[in-house]
Amino acid sequence: MLDLTYEAPKPKVIAGAKSDWELVIGMEIHAQVASNSKLFSGASTQVGAEPNSNVAFVDAAMPGMLPVINEFCVAQAVRSGLGLKAQINLRSAFDRKNYFYPDLPQGYQISQLYHPIVGEGEVLVELAPGVARLVRIERIHLEQDAGKSIHDMDPTMSFVDFNRTGVALMEIVSRPDIRGPEEAAAYVAKLRQILRYLGTCDGNMQNGNLRADVNVSVCRPGQYEKYQATQDFGHLGTRCEIKNMNSLRFIQAAIDYEARRQIAILEDGGKVVQETRLYDPDKGETRSMRSKEEAHDYRYFPCPDLLPLEIEQAWVDDIAASMPELPDAKKARFMGDFGLTDYDANVLTAELEAAAFFEAVARGRDGKIAANWVINELFGRLNKESKSIAESPVSVGQLGGLLDLLASGEITGKMGKELFEILWTEGGDPAEVAAARGMKQVTDTGAIEKALDDLIAANPAQVEKARVNAKLAGWFTGQVLKATGGKANPAVVNEMVAKKLGL
Amino acid sequence: MSIDIDTARKVAHLARIRVQEDDLPALARELSGILGFMEQLNEVDVTGIEPMVSVTPMRLARRADVVTDGNIQEQVLKNAPDAREGFFAVPKVVE
Repeated sequence: MLDLTYEAPKPKVIAGAKSDWELVIGMEIHAQVASNSKLFSGASTQVGAEPNSNVAFVDAAMPGMLPVINEFCVAQAVRSGLGLKAQINLRSAFDRKNYFYPDLPQGYQISQLYHPIVGEGEVLVELAPGVARLVRIERIHLEQDAGKSIHDMDPTMSFVDFNRTGVALMEIVSRPDIRGPEEAAAYVAKLRQILRYLGTCDGNMQNGNLRADVNVSVCRPGQYEKYQATQDFGHLGTRCEIKNMNSLRFIQAAIDYEARRQIAILEDGGKVVQETRLYDPDKGETRSMRSKEEAHDYRYFPCPDLLPLEIEQAWVDDIAASMPELPDAKKARFMGDFGLTDYDANVLTAELEAAAFFEAVARGRDGKIAANWVINELFGRLNKESKSIAESPVSVGQLGGLLDLLASGEITGKMGKELFEILWTEGGDPAEVAAARGMKQVTDTGAIEKALDDLIAANPAQVEKARVNAKLAGWFTGQVLKATGGKANPAVVNEMVAKKLGL
Repeated sequence: MSIDIDTARKVAHLARIRVQEDDLPALARELSGILGFMEQLNEVDVTGIEPMVSVTPMRLARRADVVTDGNIQEQVLKNAPDAREGFFAVPKVVE
């Protein structure tokens, strides 16, 4: 395996009217646990159901109903923790976070403030080949999701659906190690990739299954290093929290806007007020969520309905033993085993299914050529038609067969592309299709030579021109390829042209 | 620590419990009494003693990840003061 070492990226610097400023960003990612039923009830997590049909009495907070924890959700949190190289806490506990909101029927969210199930970990966030930020994870805790309010169905009423209420979330809290909007987006993308590899969260941001709260502050150059040396937040600026974003693009835009807003306040001699803000994508700005301010008094206390969650090391070990290969390791292996470039390895490991497809095609074949065909032809075509790899009309076996025909010299690269097109639209066995369509490279140099000799004899003027300017020899190659119906190997023809013309 | 009338009013509001202004002094007094008792308990040195969560050794009960509940929309909405088209209908709350 390759040992990939990385350099830390430079922090983003924003030039204010008076001085330069740097950004300091910490994130809380809410990732919905992939599970069949909810964290504390047997109701389904399926989306798109009739409103309030995936609701048990526990979720609706009917008096006397008690929560019973879903063991699989616990395993999913442990698996996520292991994927982030984090400490697993064999003893964790649940607390109540109290606040009033119509989409929270209990009047509190069951969460893990004091004793989270997962402790410190880390995520390597690559920004360019050889450049990556190591973001420290502070903790992951399990908690309940809230319901959904719909405000546009009636002028005076809000409509509430509890289908999502009580679905398990993992809140993944980072340290303030992220230093710019692009890094923040790359961090979310990397976390999403890891969780999808692990199968612990489907990462669907559009559905809100992965969303981010972003803490942003600004400081003068040099202050952040003092914070890192002492871990004393006093060296950093006052932060604001931008809530609930589910788009990488909005995350970047919101951070950029928020940093500039804070810089303007500070340069004007003002003070940043610590508060919760909301990003408005239509206006491209953040605004204060004043109504949330008083609700911030959460009056946490241990949840009396739930005993502490104690898990055994052997159980954790079993989960560790069943971990899949993670993106960083897979990338390093692809670069080492198949000789792929950094870029190609990133593209091929972005999604687990695509990586598996490539690996099956590349096994026993030239890895670089396989990578080219998978990325340029297959992915290119899939993207164009908005298809996923699972929906690919061309199978591993078909693409592999095509590559074998290329490798043995039976078909040219040009024929390969035509063959790919046929396999995509009509299907079939590559070797049979190639034979049926007369796709066969002319390897008989006698035939090529004859075509070239005829051409030279018939075009003395072109010969003279080519002898003066070697670039014009390409004309002969083109004509020979035409004469042989594109079945000759261009490299072979080129070589012969050069020899015959004495170039 | 003692609870003054303003704190009692705030706590009542956070819990969405309507308390008459006249009742606040008595409520503040009662809450202060409870906290006073807690403070007395806090005098006991419990260094190194693990908090007891149960008098008998018990393990947190677990559930398998299977759908065993739900599809009781009518029953869930039965006690709602207002429900329409399968939703709970509440006075408009919008951020």
